[in-house]
Amino acid sequence: MNLRDTLTLSLQTVVSYRTRSLLIVLAMALGVAAVVVLTALGDGARRYVVGQFSSLGTNLVFVLPGRAETSGGFPGAALGQTPRDLTLEDARFIAHLPQVKRMAPLNVGVAELTSGGRLREVTVLGSTSELLPIRHMKLSQGSFLAHGSERSAQIVLGSTLAHEFFPDGEPVGQRIRLGDSRFLVSGVLAPQGESMGFNSDEIVIIPIDYAQELFNTNTLFRILVEARSRTDIEPAKAAIAHALKLRHDGEEDVTVITQDAILATFDRILRALTLGVAGIAAISLAVAGILVMNVMLVAVAQRTSEIGLLKALGAPAADIRRLFFAEALWLSLAGGAIGYALGNLSAWGIRLAYPTLPAWPPHWASLAGVATAILTGIIASLLPAARAARLDPVLALSGK
Amino acid sequence: MIRLTAITRVFRMGDQEVRALNGIDLDIASGEYVSIMGPSGSGKSTLLNVIGLLDQPNSGRYELDGSDVTDLSETERARVRREKIGFVFQSFHLVPRLTAAENIELPLMLEGIAPAERTARVDAALDAFDLKDRAHHRPAELSGGQRQRVAIARATILRPTALLADEPTGNLDHRIGTEVMELLEGLHHAGTTLIVVTHDRELGARAHRHIAMRDGEIVADEK
Repeated sequence: MNLRDTLTLSLQTVVSYRTRSLLIVLAMALGVAAVVVLTALGDGARRYVVGQFSSLGTNLVFVLPGRAETSGGFPGAALGQTPRDLTLEDARFIAHLPQVKRMAPLNVGVAELTSGGRLREVTVLGSTSELLPIRHMKLSQGSFLAHGSERSAQIVLGSTLAHEFFPDGEPVGQRIRLGDSRFLVSGVLAPQGESMGFNSDEIVIIPIDYAQELFNTNTLFRILVEARSRTDIEPAKAAIAHALKLRHDGEEDVTVITQDAILATFDRILRALTLGVAGIAAISLAVAGILVMNVMLVAVAQRTSEIGLLKALGAPAADIRRLFFAEALWLSLAGGAIGYALGNLSAWGIRLAYPTLPAWPPHWASLAGVATAILTGIIASLLPAARAARLDPVLALSGK
Repeated sequence: MIRLTAITRVFRMGDQEVRALNGIDLDIASGEYVSIMGPSGSGKSTLLNVIGLLDQPNSGRYELDGSDVTDLSETERARVRREKIGFVFQSFHLVPRLTAAENIELPLMLEGIAPAERTARVDAALDAFDLKDRAHHRPAELSGGQRQRVAIARATILRPTALLADEPTGNLDHRIGTEVMELLEGLHHAGTTLIVVTHDRELGARAHRHIAMRDGEIVADEK
């Protein structure tokens, strides 16, 4: 029997056992769709996080006070003890290193913002004029903190705050009270929305000296450093670490992390997560494979006398094996194709419902899902097909 | 054409041995019309299965068309069955999912004949067996006589040298049974060797050679 006839005849069989075939195809399709959707979610999350993190700036190096036991971790891991504080003088010293393009010291705190009877607790960032280019922030009105004017009481408002405090007026040039001091609004940030769980529309930015005064501290939370180029990132990291060690009496009590290292960590973790969920989804495919095997075994038992007839008509064992094999192939092909379509449709639905999440199924996952479906189908049919081919023709004809 | 020498076929039933065929010697010439009769359990169906290469004897020698087919592999036996043997069964054994025409086409498909030629030969067979208007009906929509005609058309589509029928009228009433026998006899007249297994005396008597079996042995062989 040639290939075309084998495929046609087995397709006819698949179509005529409608309910049975539909159920298997459905099981297969759900498995494949699960792989596609879950990897779309996993990879979407990875792209989202990586994208958010990249948008923080380019060629960034972060300096944190204290030495975390494990270097290269997420900034939040640096909650260990701080033997020696990071100071504004440290930051100014770093700015003079040759690999450093610019630097912005950072202090973060919460204070009460009041104006015209309105009152609100806001997150306050204390920094310098360099923060704007380093963090790739944009202004919608006015100007950022003026260069070299750390002592002038300026404030930059997040866009939501600007709307809330000055609903019908021009905020730039107005006076506003933060804590106990009065500030002059110099600019308004462009709406940016949430970034890394931090809503920059609801912050205010003031000069670092005022921030230290406000929070009654002379230490820094972070120093953001931008290296001159991509190749300068590692040298900059080493130079900063070295310089601060010298300044801190030879003690390595700061943590220097590159943006790339953090990015790579996120990327790695989320890729592993995606692989993990793909693996879990693949289990459902294996279950579908077992279902195919079971149904094919039942089919062999049901069609015993038919197999006997084919043998009596002179079909060699190989033909019979191939017929059952082709039947499983059709089922898993259909399951794979429908599952692929279903998965992509669901991913599209997710992207529609959550536009910020780029839930595109990665190609390798779609391919692996469909291939696994076909492969499990084929493997699952091996035993039933072999059993059918081995049947004794005389016994088979009598239906035994 | 068919030469069986000292053929023995033993089945094991638990710890008991059943000699279904016990040293059978039989010669059937090309073009003969033979009936094999005997009570159930006499070994007549086993004999037909051995002749049709569906079953392999435990000992003895089987020559078909001058060549020894006793020890052929399963694949080779399948080829010989396809090319030289046609089977007609009591229960028709049609594939329920396939139409009459598709059932008749099956052996041509197994033989690997091109679709165009297949259609022509199936059409000719449908004509010859008066099934033209039933071509696209499934077996469930056919009468018993029509089903057996489809089965006979399928058995003869590759022009086998021997047609082996096991109780071909067993599931049919007397009138239809006679029609089917006349059809088979017509094929015999056209040159096909016809071997019919039956326990119906009247049916067996129509053959030109009568073989009687009992307990796995041939007890009478009359022409």
